[in-house]
Amino acid sequence: MSDFLAMGGYAFYVWGSYIVTVGLMAAEVVLLAMRRRSVLRNLSTFISAGQGANHETKA
Amino acid sequence: MEVSTVGKINWLRFSSPQTFYPLAGAMMPWFAGAAILFGLAGLVVGLLVAPTDAQQGDAYRIIFIHVPAAWMSMFIYLVMATWAAVGLIVNTRLSSMMATALAPTGAMFTFLALWTGSLWGKPTWGAWWVWDARLTSELILLFLYIGFIALQAAIDDSRRADKAGAVLAIVGAINIPIIYFSVQWWNTLHQGSSVSLKSAPSMAVIMFAGMILMAFSFWMYSIAACLSRVRSVILERERHAGWVALEVGGKT
Repeated sequence: MSDFLAMGGYAFYVWGSYIVTVGLMAAEVVLLAMRRRSVLRNLSTFISAGQGANHETKA
Repeated sequence: MEVSTVGKINWLRFSSPQTFYPLAGAMMPWFAGAAILFGLAGLVVGLLVAPTDAQQGDAYRIIFIHVPAAWMSMFIYLVMATWAAVGLIVNTRLSSMMATALAPTGAMFTFLALWTGSLWGKPTWGAWWVWDARLTSELILLFLYIGFIALQAAIDDSRRADKAGAVLAIVGAINIPIIYFSVQWWNTLHQGSSVSLKSAPSMAVIMFAGMILMAFSFWMYSIAACLSRVRSVILERERHAGWVALEVGGKT
């Protein structure tokens, strides 16, 4: 196991590559989920404020 | 406009944001799942199965993310520029939204190609960075992505932002063949392609397999990320449309 982590002495370079790659991809997924939530939140206030084009769906 | 004949799917129907929105939502989990499966397989092959390289030791294992990230950085740009061009010429809203949705993911893979390349260059070349043709043109690609995103963000009117971004994306596409052929056209420190369409790969089959698995993973990931982002872009831009009110109203 420690042999595996040592990567033949190149641990910094190999893990520095893999960890940053996985980290950035995970961060993008989180940002995409946050963006979707904020868009939906903004839209529901936008629509309930009566500014939506489709008024007949609202009482 | 009804162009389909009986028994055929009317593909043009999906060029409307309203019909594409639920389709994108339905497709997204499949691409995300494929990305995870290919990614796990690629990590197992790349880190556990593939043997240590005789010349480079374990430092070569960076190839399994470096090359796929570099491929995606160029491929996403071409897809982005194509959608932007379609949006500019045919004036379809969804095409421009696809271009907008692709840019951040493309920029991320460009950064990763540079980052992993730097971490690979240090132990093998002895330098984090050299101003050779391959590295410099890839850095320009990162600036093109950032320029595209910044230009679109700076223009309030989304249709004008689409047009300005499209011009930048199309002009910048000239950089893609420059990156690709840079190792042939100029004497570069960067090595030539390990994989080409004309000849067998100049690497062990198991290494090639690991690289292809990671490339598929990044590809599927990019599609999933783009589909997720385009759904948010659609909702933002179409917020005045009645179907958006129904779609969102039904979920809150």
